[in-house]
Amino acid sequence: MTPSPLLRISHLSKRFGQTVAVDDVSLEIRPNEFFSLLGPSGCGKTTLLRALAGFEDPDSGTVTIAGESGELDLLRLPPERRPINLMFQSYALFPHMSVERNVAYGLQRERLDRAVIRQRVDEVLQTVGLTDKATARPAQLSGGQRQRVALARAIVKRPRLLLLDEPLSALDRKVRAEMQLELKRLQHEVGITFVVVTHDQEEAMSMADRIAVMSDGRVEQVDSPVDLYTRPRTVFVADFIGTSNAFVGTLTSGGVMVPGIGMLPGQSVSADAGPEVTLIVRPEDIRFAPTGQAVLAGHVIDVQYFGGASTVAVRVEGVDRPVLVSCQGTTTLARGDATGLAWDPAAAVLLEA
Amino acid sequence: MRRVGWLALPLWLTYAFLYLPIVVLVVMSFNASKTPYAWKGFSLQWYRELMSDDLIRQGFINTLIVAVGATVLATALGTLLAIGINRYVHSALVEAYSLAPAIIPDLALAIGLLATFALVGVTLGLHTVLLAHVVFGMAFVAAVVLARLGHQDQSLEEASRDLGAGPISTFWRITVPGLMPAIVAGALLVFTLSLDEFVIAYFTDGPSTPTLPIVIYSMVRFGVTPEINALAALLLLVSFTVVISAQRITKLTDAL
Repeated sequence: MTPSPLLRISHLSKRFGQTVAVDDVSLEIRPNEFFSLLGPSGCGKTTLLRALAGFEDPDSGTVTIAGESGELDLLRLPPERRPINLMFQSYALFPHMSVERNVAYGLQRERLDRAVIRQRVDEVLQTVGLTDKATARPAQLSGGQRQRVALARAIVKRPRLLLLDEPLSALDRKVRAEMQLELKRLQHEVGITFVVVTHDQEEAMSMADRIAVMSDGRVEQVDSPVDLYTRPRTVFVADFIGTSNAFVGTLTSGGVMVPGIGMLPGQSVSADAGPEVTLIVRPEDIRFAPTGQAVLAGHVIDVQYFGGASTVAVRVEGVDRPVLVSCQGTTTLARGDATGLAWDPAAAVLLEA
Repeated sequence: MRRVGWLALPLWLTYAFLYLPIVVLVVMSFNASKTPYAWKGFSLQWYRELMSDDLIRQGFINTLIVAVGATVLATALGTLLAIGINRYVHSALVEAYSLAPAIIPDLALAIGLLATFALVGVTLGLHTVLLAHVVFGMAFVAAVVLARLGHQDQSLEEASRDLGAGPISTFWRITVPGLMPAIVAGALLVFTLSLDEFVIAYFTDGPSTPTLPIVIYSMVRFGVTPEINALAALLLLVSFTVVISAQRITKLTDAL
């Protein structure tokens, strides 16, 4: 049973002049979940986030949030009265205030008691590990520290929902990996629902409970990371999440007939996949096979070794892009070697072309 | 190896050309002689005479009234103008028009203001000079503040709203503090410009309330007295102090 949603977005649209930034988006975000909006730049994910925070006025659609006294119409509230906080991509720390004054700012606006503010600021600074930087100015902090101040400033308000706009994009690789874990830990600890916007699929996959993949203002698919990877519902999702090999052909009883290549193994799970289909097969589902059992034949053009695994690129006559095959450890294949490829029909995913 | 830059020579010559008159002025203000042709020893008598001259003292007070008043008004209005342009004006032409009073010839502005005051039927006096100085002062403040707004992170104001501050609270707590260095620099600029402004004041002032530059002008018509040298030296001191502190403040806060 799924719990009743915390945030309900229905048929939300926003256009800027001729371009439709958000196109009829409907989403439900559950309490205490780590939700990610994933998509390439310009797909509308940031506009959607800003509309939730109150900085863009949607043209149509509704957004409601579950409150103590029933559903609350979010779009009718100005940003300062929404029970939501946004962590900006630039962090937007107030440069003329110390770390503790930045963090206290939101609580002071609620006109809370001085002692209460003091205590909550101290608590949250301890949570993010910045107690010793309380009196520093933002300009004196490193990128990772600034990010934690921005986070502290938002979670100290105890919002029902925290929106994070590309929270890790301003950090370098190593700090980013650390902060990924840190964000997840904090989300558990404070028990706030997180909605993270990112263009980095690895980031979304490693952190989120559920991901909405967006493209051209529309939501392509909403699912758990595992389901997105193993059961993509559109070609865009299959291509955007991880690496995949795609073949376009016609579905027949014996597999997929691809012009110029022949019959490839694959079986239809859903009835709605029409005669024209795209067959998706992940690199790790392909194995090298002797000529007799192979469904494709080609020669190796590149071998990449990544420590634990290798990726072999195979040029197949009639296929535009090299077919990628990954295998555990090292491989004996070298550039120029001829090889056959095969996969299990159940491993392939068939999508409407 | 240190290269001898031949361009250093014109540099120092230019500096000499720029500052020689000022050096002469300051030196002569301490000259005991009444004529500027000979040095007759160090003396502070011209400064003493300056202090006891009623005309000059009244002129100085008038100038201070105008300068302080114009600075306060021009700073407030100029800052609002800059924020308004930054937020609502998307035409470079309109933006240029708002800043024009800072660069159009003083004479044109002065004649225009005089004509306007006459049309409206206002009697001339310190209040009209003050208003006239607000006109160009506002444009200077707006130009300085606009430059600062150009590289201010827009999301700061959104962050403030997001954290629960209303638009007015956000303006005072986030927008104004962020612009403070530019506002202070603009105010100091207006103050120094107003302090020795002659052309516009000459046109828009009433006969009974001359500002200091007008007083000096009427004295100089009968020849430069060493007393004037002393006065000019003092004005110079004020201007330099203000300009240097303006620069310090801008630099200091730009580092933030």
